[in-house]
Amino acid sequence: MPSIAFYIFSLIAVTGAVALVAFRNPVSSAMAMTGSFIGLAALFVGLNAYFVGIIQILVYAGAIMVLFLFIIMLLDLKSEERSKPQPLMLAACLVIPILFLVQLTGVLQSTKDEPHKPLNLVASAKHFERAEGEQETIIHQNLAKEELPDVHLIGLTLFTRYNFPLQVVGVLLLVATIGVVSLSKRGSDRPAKPSTDS
Amino acid sequence: MDLAFLAASAIKIFVFTFLITLPMIAYSTYAERRVSAILQDRVGPNRVGIPLTLFGGKKDWSFFGLLQPLADGLKGLLKEDFTPAYVRKSYYWMAPALTAVPAFITVCVIPFGSEITIFGETIKLVIADIGVGPLFIFAVASLSVYGITIAGWASNSKYPFFGGVRSCAQMISYEIALGLSIVPVLMVFGQLNLSDIVNEQARNGWLIFPAWGDGLNLGRWLLVIPLAISFFIFTVSIFAETNRMPFDLPECETELVGGYHTEYSSMKFALFFMGEYAAMIVGSALIVTVFFGGWSLGFGLDAKFLMDEAGNWKAWAGLVHLGAFLTKVVAFIVFFIWVRWTVPRFRYDQLMKLGWVVFFELALVNIFLTAGIMWWISR
Repeated sequence: MPSIAFYIFSLIAVTGAVALVAFRNPVSSAMAMTGSFIGLAALFVGLNAYFVGIIQILVYAGAIMVLFLFIIMLLDLKSEERSKPQPLMLAACLVIPILFLVQLTGVLQSTKDEPHKPLNLVASAKHFERAEGEQETIIHQNLAKEELPDVHLIGLTLFTRYNFPLQVVGVLLLVATIGVVSLSKRGSDRPAKPSTDS
Repeated sequence: MDLAFLAASAIKIFVFTFLITLPMIAYSTYAERRVSAILQDRVGPNRVGIPLTLFGGKKDWSFFGLLQPLADGLKGLLKEDFTPAYVRKSYYWMAPALTAVPAFITVCVIPFGSEITIFGETIKLVIADIGVGPLFIFAVASLSVYGITIAGWASNSKYPFFGGVRSCAQMISYEIALGLSIVPVLMVFGQLNLSDIVNEQARNGWLIFPAWGDGLNLGRWLLVIPLAISFFIFTVSIFAETNRMPFDLPECETELVGGYHTEYSSMKFALFFMGEYAAMIVGSALIVTVFFGGWSLGFGLDAKFLMDEAGNWKAWAGLVHLGAFLTKVVAFIVFFIWVRWTVPRFRYDQLMKLGWVVFFELALVNIFLTAGIMWWISR
């Protein structure tokens, strides 16, 4: 049986998600979404994935949603509050979640419902790969103490096995950042300066 | 999850939040006023004490005004709680709590001391000993921006709105410098568990003063250069994150009346300040934990006096460490206050330029510098 914390935080996550759709005021929606993210992060922490949970809060709730909120407040969306939902859009919004729900029930039906076995961390400490002649790393020490070193394991996996995709993603983000900077610069300079310089 | 663990956690939560952090917040406000008075050659609040003359005594006991925070708190509770008619009510009520709560949550990963042994149970003096300590603090502290932004927006008036928007932009900008500046530190330690980081420093020298243990070698002292840069960026960014002078643009009186809390009164107003001071205390605690050896006495004294032959902490070692930790934190709080009353306020564009043009790049270069030195040492 999952612990009571699971139910509390899933309730927070689901309530936040429902409130996000139900609220008319965009700022309320953004706040509800933040609450949903926090519930989700707590679920990750409950699964021993501390790093993923913390990053969920740090990146989504702490940075992206703050920017959303920032922009919503600056735009002052009055028309959004008054508009009524259109029937076609409402239908589309209903069909997609129902499809997902059907898929989810299908998956849940086909998997056996049995409690998962706890990981044997002490045994895994002995078998965890180590380089030739290398001493015990922090990963080994933590595993021997029956703690899951999730930050180290994620770091190790990202920077050894998936190093190339990681670098590609980094370059992609850099290109996007430079693109945004150059676009915003061009827009602001045009009315002030005639196009004498390139 | 046994009963002893639950009981110990409950006691730790109670002691660390209500008996240590809350009084520290109260007395930080007192210290703020007394230190500012010293710096400006005034007297400051020195009267509030026990009014013995009311009960027929000869003289009042004033204790240098040490009961001032109590009087302030009482005043906050008893004043009229005025809600302006045009505010967005639910958010207006929510905002002060949203500012204060994250600051208190972050207390739970700060290691206040090593460990104490009672009835054969060894208790670590940290509420939650998790493996992502500094990240947890950054993540939860980044949520406190909601309180200020929402306060500015919900007040539905121009100056608070400016304050809210300013604080939003400021905190997001300085979070980047804050996060990047701590990367060299984590590279040196190789882990994110704050308790283990402090243990390491107790054995091998504080991060920016490695004068004992394994810290006494050329490579480690060479690393002090990038770590000192880290320390500088980190400390200044904490000032910006906690909206303290010289970066208190969100509540800049000369331009914005009172910034985001202009429309607030009584205890709601006081909650904003509790949040600010709690953030300052957690910030000081984090600086002390990461750069100045946390609870360790330093200079090899921990191993000499507080450990038995087998290398375990003595039963009462945690209490000594708690004292050492609080002393260091108080020193940093006084430093924060000192800076507030010494340095004039920045202009907003200067603040942004400092964050994005100077600190961001400096922190990035610093990571490469640290990596280079570490590679040179391990060669």
